[in-house]
Amino acid sequence: MAEPFLIGDKMTGGYGAGPDILHDCTIAVERGEIAVIVGPNGAGKSTAMKALFGMLHLNGGAVRLDGETIDALSPQERVVKGMGFVPQTANIFTSMTVEENLEMGAFIRSDDFSDTMTQIYDLFPILKEKRNQAAGELSGGQRQQVAVGRALMTQPKVLMLDEPTAGVSPIVMDELFDRIIEVARTGIPILMVEQNARQALEIADKGFVLVQGRNAHTGTGKELLADADVRRSFLGG
Amino acid sequence: MDFLNALVALANFVIVPGLAYGAQLAIGALGVTLIYGILRFSNFAHGDTMAFGTMATILATWGMQSYGISFGPLPTALLALPFGIAATALMLLGTDRVVYRFYRAQKAKPVILVIVSMGVMFIMNGVVRFIIGVRDIRFADGERFIISARDFKEMTGLREGLAIKTTQAITVVVAFVVVAALFYFLNRTRTGKSMRAFSDNEDLALLSGINPEHVVRVTWLIVAALATVAGVLYGLDKSFKAFTYFQLLLPIFASAVVGGLGNPLGAIGGGFVIAFSEVTITYAWKKVAVYLLPEQLEPTGLVQLLSTDYKFAVSFAILVVVLLFKPTGLFKGQSL
Repeated sequence: MAEPFLIGDKMTGGYGAGPDILHDCTIAVERGEIAVIVGPNGAGKSTAMKALFGMLHLNGGAVRLDGETIDALSPQERVVKGMGFVPQTANIFTSMTVEENLEMGAFIRSDDFSDTMTQIYDLFPILKEKRNQAAGELSGGQRQQVAVGRALMTQPKVLMLDEPTAGVSPIVMDELFDRIIEVARTGIPILMVEQNARQALEIADKGFVLVQGRNAHTGTGKELLADADVRRSFLGG
Repeated sequence: MDFLNALVALANFVIVPGLAYGAQLAIGALGVTLIYGILRFSNFAHGDTMAFGTMATILATWGMQSYGISFGPLPTALLALPFGIAATALMLLGTDRVVYRFYRAQKAKPVILVIVSMGVMFIMNGVVRFIIGVRDIRFADGERFIISARDFKEMTGLREGLAIKTTQAITVVVAFVVVAALFYFLNRTRTGKSMRAFSDNEDLALLSGINPEHVVRVTWLIVAALATVAGVLYGLDKSFKAFTYFQLLLPIFASAVVGGLGNPLGAIGGGFVIAFSEVTITYAWKKVAVYLLPEQLEPTGLVQLLSTDYKFAVSFAILVVVLLFKPTGLFKGQSL
C-alpha cells in the first residue's frame, strides 16, 4: 500500500525541554479522506497535530508529506509546502474584515487569488454576506468559517483543524461538520482533532484514538464506532 | 457684536492654537501607537526621535538657506523635511539593528523593551544636544502670518483680532495629508494590511507567511516619517529645543493612551482631546467672559484654572483618569 499523503510516523516528543507527551504516536491522512484524532482530555490530541505541523520538537519518529521528510521545516515553511493549519484559538484577525482575513491567508501567494476567494465564498455563503464586517464581530460558528477560509486561501494540499467545533452550539456544530465534509469533497485531505468523538467519527474515513500520547485504537470511523472497547471508554456506551 | 468678539477671541486663543497643537500631538501619538501595536512596547525614545528628526531637518534647512534656496512664502524646512526623514529612518533602522533586534530575538517582555527604549532615549537625547546644542532655535522662515490680528481687525471692524500663523495652517494641512496617507497605506495596501494583521495576531500572521522583520522595518520607516513631521511642525509653530521635545513625551503618550494604544484613529482623537484640554484649562477666560457676561458679573480675576507652567499636569491627570476608568482608551485599543 502506498504511503499516506501526510504521516507522522512513530512520533515521540514534547514541548521544549519538558517531558515527552507523545510516545510512538502515528497519525496519517490519505488523499481525499477525513481523518480525526479523538481521545480523552489530555491525551495529546492537539499536541499530535502540532507535532505534525512542526510546532514542537520530536525526539523520535518522522513527519512525511507526500513522501518527503519535512522534520527540519518550520511551521511557516510547512505552510509553503502546502499544509493548511487552523489553530484552536486566536485563529482569525479579529480587527480585520472577513475579506482582509482571507487576503492575509493568501499572503504567500503572488498570483491572482480571486478565484480561490470566490470558491471560499461559495463554500461559506455567510462570509460573502459579511465580507466587509470585522471578523471579531461574528458569531463563534462564523468565526470558525473565517478561520477555515483563511487557511484554504493558500490552496493547501492538506488541511489540519484543531477542534473546529470547540465552544459552538450543537446546531452550529452540525453545520460546521457539513461544511468540513464539503471542503473534503473538493479533494483536500482533512485531519482534525475533535472533542465530539461520536459526530467526528461518523464523518471520518479514518480515526485515531489516543490515550496518554499513545495510539490506543486506529481504524475507520465505522470500525471505531462499532468497537465495544472504544464505545465503552470514549463514547459513553 | 460682543458675541462675535467673544467668538473671535476664543478662536484666536483656543481653537486655532488647539487645532495646531492637537495635530502635532496626533502625529506624534500615531508613531507611539504604531510601535506599541507592532513592536509591542511603549517607546520612551519617541520624543527624542522627534528631536533628532527636527535637528536633521534644521541642519538641512540651514544648508539650503546657505545656498540661497527658499520655498517662497512657505518655510524652507518643508523642503528639508525629506532629508530629515531619511536621516531619522537611518538612525531608527540602525538602532533597531543594534539594540531592539537583540531583545526581539530573546522574546524580551514589553517592560524590558520599555526600559531599553529609555536607554535609547538618553543616548539620542545626548546626541541631539551634542550636535545642535541645547538653546532655543527658531527656524521658521517665509511669511509669518496668513492673516494677522491687525489685518483681521481692519477687515472686520471687530475689537478682537484673529491671527492665523502660516505654521498653524501648514500644521493642519500637513497633518491631514499625513494621516490620509497613513490610513490609505494601512487599509488599502498589502504591506499595510500585513502590518495590521501582525499587530492583531502575531502567531497567525507568522502562519500566514508574513515576514516579521519586514513588518518591523516598514514600521520604523513610517515612525521615522511621523516623528520627524511631528517634530518639525511643532518646531516651526513654536521653536526647537531638545529639552522641550523630551517633555513632549508626556502629552504624546497621554494622547495615545487616551485614544487607545495600538489604535491609529484613537491616537488622532486623543491628540486633540489632550491639546484642547491643555489649552482650555490653562487659558485665561477673562477676555471671552467679559464679552459674554453682563457687566455686573464680569470676573475680576483672569479666570485661568491653571497656570501654563502646569500644562503637563493636565495631560498627566487625564492619563491617570483614563488608566483608572477606561484603560483601553476612548477608541477601544489595548490596555497598557
